[in-house]
Amino acid sequence: MAVTDQVKPRAAGAEAPPPQGGGRGVRRLAFSQQVSKWDVKLSPYLYISPFFLLFGVTGLFPLLYTGWVSLHNWNLIGGQGKFTGLDNYAFVLAQPYFWNAVGNTLSIFLLSSVPQVIIALVIAAVLDANLRARTFWRMGVLVPFVVAPVAVGLIFNNLFADQFGLVNEMLKAFGLDPVRWHSESLASHTAIATMVNFRWIGYNALIFLAAMQAIPRDVFEAATIDGAGRLRQFFSVTVPMLRPTVIFVVITSTIGGLQIFDEARVFDQSGLGGADRQWQTLTMYIWELGWGQRNFGRASAVAWLLFVMIVLIALLNFIITKRIASQGGRK
Amino acid sequence: MSSIPMIEQSAGKGAARAAARRGPGAGRKAGSSSVRRPGFLTYGFLSAVLLASIFPLYWSFLVGSHDNTVLSRGIPLLPGGNFLANAGKVFDSIPFWKAMGNSLIVSSVTAASVVVFSTLAGFAFAKLRFRGSKGLLVFVVATMAVPTQLGVVPLFIVMSKLGWTGSLWAVIVPGVVTAFGVFWMTQYLRDALPDELIEAVRMDGASMIQAFWYIGFPAARPAAAMLALFTFVATWTNFFWPFIVLDPSNPTLPVALQLLQAAHFVDYSVVLAGAVLATVPLLVLFVAAGRQLVSGIMQGAVKG
Repeated sequence: MAVTDQVKPRAAGAEAPPPQGGGRGVRRLAFSQQVSKWDVKLSPYLYISPFFLLFGVTGLFPLLYTGWVSLHNWNLIGGQGKFTGLDNYAFVLAQPYFWNAVGNTLSIFLLSSVPQVIIALVIAAVLDANLRARTFWRMGVLVPFVVAPVAVGLIFNNLFADQFGLVNEMLKAFGLDPVRWHSESLASHTAIATMVNFRWIGYNALIFLAAMQAIPRDVFEAATIDGAGRLRQFFSVTVPMLRPTVIFVVITSTIGGLQIFDEARVFDQSGLGGADRQWQTLTMYIWELGWGQRNFGRASAVAWLLFVMIVLIALLNFIITKRIASQGGRK
Repeated sequence: MSSIPMIEQSAGKGAARAAARRGPGAGRKAGSSSVRRPGFLTYGFLSAVLLASIFPLYWSFLVGSHDNTVLSRGIPLLPGGNFLANAGKVFDSIPFWKAMGNSLIVSSVTAASVVVFSTLAGFAFAKLRFRGSKGLLVFVVATMAVPTQLGVVPLFIVMSKLGWTGSLWAVIVPGVVTAFGVFWMTQYLRDALPDELIEAVRMDGASMIQAFWYIGFPAARPAAAMLALFTFVATWTNFFWPFIVLDPSNPTLPVALQLLQAAHFVDYSVVLAGAVLATVPLLVLFVAAGRQLVSGIMQGAVKG
């Protein structure tokens, strides 16, 4: 530790009159020094071990073992069967439902992540003003965060009901045709993406707000002196300076968004994503294969494919976001 | 940015003249981010956002307080008197109170253990010297990006082998310490706890664990409270894994809500009354500690 040198003189003094008195003190001191040495050496590893043990057992091992399961006939009840090589992958990749789920997942992901980041940025910019009752507004945007996705799903399922749903009634009131939210593919994706956006926009807005407030104010003053208006400042100063935060939010929303399950699961009661699987996501497909059809091998194959997809898209996102965000910021 | 040379130009002229040149409208915009109070438009926009955040919950209560024919008779504006009757149907069709109890147990135990283990690990990473600490911390951060949800199949196999499927342990144990928690506490303790303090108690003969308990843990308290809050909310709202591993007779609240939907698909009023009932505990928590949630998110953003 860096401070050891400073403390040493005091340390020597502290060791001289140990609490133990008499001749026995010397031996006990030696022993306790020995203990203390091991204490210093081993304690850090002991303190961090719970995380590594647990992550190993419940995180890393299952993820890797998914690969092993995916190479076997493996039944929910019967357990491990024959080694089948890549048969499960071949089977899954030949299923129209798999590709359907890939399309649905990507569609819902795009419809949720892009507006989410943009709207959150706008709300953050407005919250960044010198508001009265600041905490009230900040708490206000965060309310949806404490509503469970399942509850959000049930509520919006009703708002987007094909018959008598509020959204459709409003559309009718404006003279528009009602939308069949539960049978048209893109419409159902929009409804589900709305649920995701509802829950996460406020949360992300607060993250952006924090990052905005960390921008030195003289940067804005300089831009003001330059004659940059509020809007120009937002695009030329705020957004580029938020780049790391935007990347962070985009990456986390990619990892979460591609695994979407809850909201789509409760969009109808059967949980398979509609009569024609209009909104079945990949995680729902994993559930159907694994616990509906009890085929753990195939479910694992899809899980691995989704894992690869997430890694690839997260990387792609990282590159794109870096590009976009740096365009305005490069000097 | 093309503006850098312009700053040099206008800096000589002085800010006052620059502002004067742009007129009163621009002047208002210029000052607003630091001094001036924003106008009506800002508050109008924020009110709309606030309304959008709260409206779905209000809607849920609105529909949940009528009977299920209400929507066919037009859009209701005010709550009806049917909420208790609907709540009664909720209690009859799902083990609501059991689910509530389970959610409380699972969320509290998870939050408590995440705080203890993360603070311990954070204390080690932030304040103790040991071989490989840097690399291990990088590993912790990297694991945050691992979509562990994709390991459900083997995790389920492990839980079956242990005989834990259907029991709350299957939900609690995988969550007892998180990478986020470890990273969060490490970041906090690095600044909040002076090295000298640890050295001092060590010199007074405190063991490592005593140093942690008497110095580390108290210093970590504000961050620990926020971590507990976040973990509690995240665990309470978690659905996928509990849905897979728990039995319908012993669910957590989100799992119970899904059961309610399956049982009452045609009766929206009952389903939405259930959604309200399941959300109330977290709304109470939010009223009590929403301020801490907000500052937790904002602190995490700056540090993370």
